[in-house]
Amino acid sequence: MTGFIGLIVHRALQGVLVMLVVALIAFSLFNYVGDPINNMVGEEVGEAYRTELRESLGLNDHPVVQFGRFVGRAVQGEFGVSYRNAIPVSSLIAERLPATLELVAVAAFIALVLGIPAGVFSALYRNRVSAQIVQLLSLIGISLPTFVTGILLIFVFSIWLNILPSFGRGEVVQIGWWTTGFLTASGLQALILPGITLALFQLTLIMRLVRAEMLEVLRADFIRFARARGLTDRAVYFRHAVKNTMVPVITITGLQIGSLIAFAIITETVFQWPGMGLLFIQAVQFVDIPVMSAYLVLIALFFVVINLVVDLLYHVVDPRLSDTVSSAKSGRVA
Amino acid sequence: MSGETGGGHKLLEVLDLKVAVDVRDQQFSIIKGVSLSIAPGETLGVVGESGAGKSVFGSAVAGLLEQPIRKTAGEVYLHGNRIDTLAGEELRRLRGASIGMVFQDPLTSLDPLFTIGDQLIETIRTHKSVSHAEAHAHALKLLKETGIPAAERRMNDYPHQFSGGMRQRVVLALALCVDPQLVIADEPTTALDVSVQAQIIRLLGRLCRDHGTSVILITHDMGVIAEACDNVAVMYAGCVVEYGPTREIIRNPRHPYTRGLMASIPPLDKRPDRLQQIDGAMPQVGLDLIGCAFRPRCPSAMARCASEVPQLIGDERRSSACWLEEDNL
Amino acid sequence: MSGSRQIGDGARQTTVPGPLRRFWESDLMWSFRHTPYAVVSLTLVMVVFAVALLANWTAPHSPFDLASFNLLDSELPPMWVDGGSATFPLGTDTQGRDILSLIIYGARLSLFVGFASVCFALVVGVSLGLLSGYAGGWVDALIMRTADVKLSFPAILVALLINGVARGFLPPEYHNSIAIPVLIFSIGMSGWVHYARTVRGVVMVERKKEYVQAAHIVGRNGFQVAVLHVLPNTMSPVTVIATINLATAILLESTLSFLGVGVPPTEPSLGTLIKVGSEYMFSGIWWMTVFPSILLVVLVLAVNLFGDWLRDALNPRLK
Repeated sequence: MTGFIGLIVHRALQGVLVMLVVALIAFSLFNYVGDPINNMVGEEVGEAYRTELRESLGLNDHPVVQFGRFVGRAVQGEFGVSYRNAIPVSSLIAERLPATLELVAVAAFIALVLGIPAGVFSALYRNRVSAQIVQLLSLIGISLPTFVTGILLIFVFSIWLNILPSFGRGEVVQIGWWTTGFLTASGLQALILPGITLALFQLTLIMRLVRAEMLEVLRADFIRFARARGLTDRAVYFRHAVKNTMVPVITITGLQIGSLIAFAIITETVFQWPGMGLLFIQAVQFVDIPVMSAYLVLIALFFVVINLVVDLLYHVVDPRLSDTVSSAKSGRVA
Repeated sequence: MSGETGGGHKLLEVLDLKVAVDVRDQQFSIIKGVSLSIAPGETLGVVGESGAGKSVFGSAVAGLLEQPIRKTAGEVYLHGNRIDTLAGEELRRLRGASIGMVFQDPLTSLDPLFTIGDQLIETIRTHKSVSHAEAHAHALKLLKETGIPAAERRMNDYPHQFSGGMRQRVVLALALCVDPQLVIADEPTTALDVSVQAQIIRLLGRLCRDHGTSVILITHDMGVIAEACDNVAVMYAGCVVEYGPTREIIRNPRHPYTRGLMASIPPLDKRPDRLQQIDGAMPQVGLDLIGCAFRPRCPSAMARCASEVPQLIGDERRSSACWLEEDNL
Repeated sequence: MSGSRQIGDGARQTTVPGPLRRFWESDLMWSFRHTPYAVVSLTLVMVVFAVALLANWTAPHSPFDLASFNLLDSELPPMWVDGGSATFPLGTDTQGRDILSLIIYGARLSLFVGFASVCFALVVGVSLGLLSGYAGGWVDALIMRTADVKLSFPAILVALLINGVARGFLPPEYHNSIAIPVLIFSIGMSGWVHYARTVRGVVMVERKKEYVQAAHIVGRNGFQVAVLHVLPNTMSPVTVIATINLATAILLESTLSFLGVGVPPTEPSLGTLIKVGSEYMFSGIWWMTVFPSILLVVLVLAVNLFGDWLRDALNPRLK
């Protein structure tokens, strides 16, 4: 068991290191891209005021000190004020985060629940016409950029058929600082098109991945030996092949789901979904540095956590990795 | 090791088996007409170089050929029943319960994500309707038979927790757990340490004697054949070129290829200046051949050998596919 | 497998075919000739590439020549719809520009950026892979760690970030002129990892082989060995990666342009066209969005199809 805890600690330390590097990048952005003072006040403001401001903000201190201060504030969620609309970044984020997280959750659900079985199906029955059609559809799926999918869906369902909304979240219910769209009919409706749009690319990716892995596994010696022992097709395919396929799939799928949060940027733009992604793209267009650097740090945190979880999951699921110490001890008696 | 097992009821009969592989739009033959038979309890060795077709032969008998390799002609009978035409559910029931197979690499033969106990129990319960507890007991008994220490505890271990030799014992247990009448062992010791090889071969022999199982032992190692097999079939380029009781073949090989094989084994008593070898190389799979396949490398080749393919000449007990045999009759 | 040759005595001649003939009859070309979708997709790719790259000749109108279009022709539907005309087969936009010409020029730009990014990523990735594999030690570790970290971030994020930073550093007047090189750089930087990993893998394997050690003994230095011996071995996996990379690069460029941080507004790529068109979708002018979308998807699909076939054909284990 100590090995496992040691693993968690090791990975966590790595995560912290990555976060520090990211924080450094964010900090550099913050302080050195353009002039923070210029970004905060207009051109007409006098030089004396600027110098004063600079001093009071601590911008003349040693860079390391500034960095320390930055990290200290960041850990508390304090990222300064947005250049674009003078609202504190942290409250902007709090406002937008639930929208993105709900969207990502819906998309992840769709992608996994449809993608994995589809992949298994197209591997097992790969010679059937239906599987080949699915293969072709999956190729189209990864050739469709997310924004095209979104626009197409809007065109068909919002403009032509007029049954689903094309922008916004619908009605949302406030619970504490969280706003949710799950509890209203219009909220749920508003989630459908963006959810599908966000999910589609990942769904096809997962499907293709699962199919490829499964085909690889089906060629393995132990599958051959399982057949040689007379095990039923069901046991060979669904007990042995699927389980072995899932192990590498879990890691990659976990990372894919993580990248959903990045792809949300596109989906939110197409559907004017008031989430983190839309916030970020507006920040890039406007060169709103505080928001950009806050987003960067937040996303990095998200990814580090996901990587950690996926890594640990992998160790739990694959017995070959969990007990390297004890197997060496159990002796190698021929 | 008993000598010949002559006459009487045959367990397995293979008649003129031909196997080919489809590459692009052509067909290349791998096995060009092999006929063999085994009696109950007999151990038959199939020996030859890599590429001679012996592994494919084993897979063909067990019905494990996979596209694009397929049987193109011939018949296989087990206890007088035709088995090469079986498919689907019937074929599945045959495997494991009537014919067991052991592959070369024990590490890759076992599913790394299931304990060996699980894999044993599932095999037993696939073929016999017994309770989990009964299957567990049976599996445990078998593990002990194969000489794995602390078998009770080891049932819950995963394949990667065993050493190579131990793993092969597990594989043997798996192949024998439902008491098949025939076991086909394809290079069972090649992937193991030399020190372990002998143990595994002896174990295989003992288990099969105890259970009355026949064995087809496929290998390129004459030492293994000498140790374990009653009869031996020598394969070359997809055909059996010599067949007979092991002792006789080793002492008195008749086919020039077999003679070359025997001669190339370094003697234990003196150190030769040069190792003997058979010059040349076995022809590649699929080349159409006129005359005897071994002719280019044969020191005793005659004019006839270039134009006529020799059949197995001799009797049921001992035969050789060489025109020289005719002179011996 | 070159079919059957007769052995045995007999005066049968065997001729060794020349290199071109050998290539045509090789496994790769055989698989190609017998896989219909590979032929179709390659033909499609080549047709689209040709039409796009020769835009100056293939496009019926020039969208950049301000004199060639006027507002009276604006918002015309495609020619098979009432009100359309054959001069503008796919309709016109709000400024009177021909949609067909726009998408051809747009495709050209998308392809240009795509290819340039792939070349950039390839050069960077292969160099880093060679360096990493040969140098070993901390250089290797550093490069591979960076690759790992980079890989855990999606391409679009990396590209957006580089873009944002570049914008931040440069005064607004330069944004347009620098946009395309920055775009190529950012897309390239998001894609080098696969090349580096693959090449490094090959280097590690080949290093241990005898012919490399023999070359060393003969006196060739590491760099020469790398270039002469290792690189040819990497060509086949690198080609597969590059093909798939091209598809991703085109997708990434169009996404960035759609988001407004890609190509400058003065030179529209397919992504920009789709974005502009989407704003008019609600007024019923669907052709401004639909046609660029179709061309984009067809282009990427063709590249993906071809890349899929190429990967299967070059995979030694599937034989």
